[in-house]
Amino acid sequence: MTEYPGTTGLILNEPLLWEKGKQGRSGFSLPRRDVAPQPLSETLAGDGPDFPQLSEVDVVRHYTRLSQWNFGVDTGMYPLGSCTMKYNPKTNERQAAQPGLARAHPMLDDDLCQGSLLLMYDLERFLVEITGMDAATLQPAAGAHGELAGMLIFYAYHKSRNAPRSKIIVPDTAHGTNPASAALCGYRPVPIKSSDQGVLTPEAVAAVMDEQTAGIMVTNPNTLGLFEENIRKIADIVHAKGGLVYGDGANMNAIMGIVHMGQIGIDVLHLNLHKTFSTPHGGGGPGAGPVCVLKHLEPFLPVPRVIKENGRYRLSEDFEYSIGRLHAFYGNVGVLVKAYSYILSMGAENLKKASQLAVLNANYIKERLKDTFHLAYDRPCMHECVFSDKLQQPYKVTTLDIVKRLMDYGFHPPTIYFPLVVPGALMIEPTETEAKEDIDLFIESLKSIAAEARDNPELLHAAPTGCRRKRLDETTAARKPILTG
Amino acid sequence: MRYLPHTPEDVDAMLKAVGADSVDDLFESIPVDCRRKHPLRLPESLSEWELNDHIDTLGADMAVSPDYRIFMGAGSYAHHIPAVVSYLLGRSEFATAYTPYQPEMSQGTLQAIFEYQTLTARLLGMKVANASQYDGASALAEAVLMAMRISRRKKQVAVSRAIHPHYRRVLETYLAPTDYEIVPLPYLPGGVTDLDPLDTMDDLAAVAVQSPNFFGCIENIETAAQRAHDKQALCIAAFSEPLAYGLLKNPGSQGADIACGEGQSMGIAPSFGGPALGMFATRMKYVRSMPGRIVGQTVDTDGRRGFVLTLATREQHIRREKATSNICTNNSLCALAAAMYMATLGKTGIRELARLNYDRCEYLKAELRDAGFTLPFEQSTFNEFVVDFGKNFEKTHSRLAADNIIAGLSLEKYYPELSGHYLLCVTEMLTKDDIDRLVSAVR
Ligand SMILES: Cc1ncc(COP(=O)(O)O)c(C=O)c1O
Repeated sequence: MTEYPGTTGLILNEPLLWEKGKQGRSGFSLPRRDVAPQPLSETLAGDGPDFPQLSEVDVVRHYTRLSQWNFGVDTGMYPLGSCTMKYNPKTNERQAAQPGLARAHPMLDDDLCQGSLLLMYDLERFLVEITGMDAATLQPAAGAHGELAGMLIFYAYHKSRNAPRSKIIVPDTAHGTNPASAALCGYRPVPIKSSDQGVLTPEAVAAVMDEQTAGIMVTNPNTLGLFEENIRKIADIVHAKGGLVYGDGANMNAIMGIVHMGQIGIDVLHLNLHKTFSTPHGGGGPGAGPVCVLKHLEPFLPVPRVIKENGRYRLSEDFEYSIGRLHAFYGNVGVLVKAYSYILSMGAENLKKASQLAVLNANYIKERLKDTFHLAYDRPCMHECVFSDKLQQPYKVTTLDIVKRLMDYGFHPPTIYFPLVVPGALMIEPTETEAKEDIDLFIESLKSIAAEARDNPELLHAAPTGCRRKRLDETTAARKPILTG
Repeated sequence: MRYLPHTPEDVDAMLKAVGADSVDDLFESIPVDCRRKHPLRLPESLSEWELNDHIDTLGADMAVSPDYRIFMGAGSYAHHIPAVVSYLLGRSEFATAYTPYQPEMSQGTLQAIFEYQTLTARLLGMKVANASQYDGASALAEAVLMAMRISRRKKQVAVSRAIHPHYRRVLETYLAPTDYEIVPLPYLPGGVTDLDPLDTMDDLAAVAVQSPNFFGCIENIETAAQRAHDKQALCIAAFSEPLAYGLLKNPGSQGADIACGEGQSMGIAPSFGGPALGMFATRMKYVRSMPGRIVGQTVDTDGRRGFVLTLATREQHIRREKATSNICTNNSLCALAAAMYMATLGKTGIRELARLNYDRCEYLKAELRDAGFTLPFEQSTFNEFVVDFGKNFEKTHSRLAADNIIAGLSLEKYYPELSGHYLLCVTEMLTKDDIDRLVSAVR
């Protein structure tokens, strides 16, 4: 019999921080007091926050137990579509913690920060090479922040031509951050539908593109895991009307070393280093969302920028057309160190190989599961494939039930109910770092769940049963919010 | 490559299952004119040993403690990070998880963030906090956007010039495409914000001050809040040094409507400015206008306590262009670091630590006054203060840097009227001996 990874482990209960501890405890080692207390005006002094009082051991047990209620890439396969949950190399953590880099103060003179500046300068060059674009900024702190940077560049570009525009084309497969970022720049998103082949058609774009439209936001490969094969024609249509093309590069993991993003008509492109370039997602961040542009948009990049002169590096704010600053300092530099280390460890050949294997893994899953689950678009995919719960509906089993049951088998669920164009979507992105054996187990788990759906749907409705908590009541959480304790 | 597990046999077997002859076949949907013609040009791949050497070389080219004594804050503070925090934060169940979309498999992150929200709310005296923003600057920008939404039609926001100049610059970037007007509030000779210009503003949505402000001066948030409320505007209290609230009156108790700022002080390494932590808190009545993720308490089907992401109808994945913010990935692991740090300090620890910071900084102020320097702003400060070293100090500053002492940040670039003035910072990382060394060097 197949042994699945899922089991019930030795999980311990743990209360909230303030339900523990005792008056008088602290877990902090204070430095020796070497100056006398100085007077402080009573009108300024407060009572101090009512923090729990815990010893060091209390704190260590608390977080160790909490961590054991969590599942990460290091625990097992985490095929969350669109999120590229690949293995996060441990050496990258060591590099980011290097004391010279980790303790670096961001406001010192350039001469005292040459190490970090070199790293940033070279990382920009690497990303420019990998994408085929012309220049980059590392400032955005996440993908959505990169999108905002991109939309601000659109805005500044049109303004510089004295022709501000009011709309932007956003396909129905786009991530929610795309329209939200566009709206921050006052652009009204104009939705367009993808074809029955799951991609955009030049006709659909031509039908809405006009001189009031700032441009289009295209995710390529898109969120159905398909390459937007008409991208060049679409870009021509948009450019002909004076618009710009934004590329959401969240799915770059499928095409490193394969597609030249600089020559397919994209003017601005963001990357998610916390996806493609292996930096850990940290349960919600920090990430990094560098933005790459073609030459004609370089003047608009955020400041400060890193400049190289006579073998030395310096920060410059001297860019008249810049959109300004997006981050208090230079972005999530600690994350950049990890991505830089990843690129140096991989080299050109392995980056390409990573994309090839990511695509192979996804196609393998697609082929082996397509008789078990309804495949939204039956054609070769890139780094992810999208199924739905259509075949399970007769048993009154939904996508949610399926993935909750998958937890009991020991896998993190795929992304669900996204993209919105596939009702009941199950979006699976295995990434290249999953070995065939693990993928086979994952496939078998899903097949077994499909059989359970038919024979014993109750198992799915009751799932998960192996986690510390059963299904959580999200409706009540939103109706009667308890947001602090 | 050690991260890529496929053997040639695996690849063959998988290709066969897929019905492809080669890996290249899998990319046939990509038109030829979209493909690269040449392989990537990147440095040859490094072994782990080579990478360590390379990064160590870069690290060696940076001025950091303990070799350097850095009397500089200005939004990035050197504080002791307990080993507990680094160690626990490294647990990969936390570090290698995604945003907790599947709560049953993410109760660790969810409870920890719920606790972070609670400790943050207590620190700032507010009712509710979100799960984090990117940094102090974007937190301020989002706070202003939120205030604009709440005010509905009003177009003006008054922003103190004593707010961190970079935060103000980021705010300008965020507001550039909008029709909102930023009205700068000057600072008074004492070092705090002049609120009088508010009197003549009639379209005011919010007033933003920072406390302690960029000069280290403690603002009177209570007055700022009153003046804002008189105009039916919101009071935004920003900060870059939250440790101050271990000792000082918090923004909530003084009437602030939104408290937001940088949490890097709370157990997060400076890392050349990021990743850090945007802290964001408000009153309960504004929660549905708040940006960002929020964790809430609920129960499972057996009635046991658990946690989920909640109030998602504010967010981009549900509301798309109508969302309260575009934020998706935030700085969650940094929030976790801050929670661990606050838990480690505890109620007495944060008070004592804040007090020690205050006392050492006051000691430096007294010594500099003794040495004959002018401290132009008379308002009380926390951790940081401005000193007038005179117009010819630049040379001395460089000489000291060559001697591994960084004597603060020159303010001229940010405030041309303050040439010769420097912003100095002392935390618990600098001892009395370090302070004495600085003073005798500048004397
Ligand atoms: C396609 C796509 N675009 C944009 C984003 C936003 O990126 P981030 O979460 O880093 O802001 C994501 C990630 O969630 C994504 O999958």
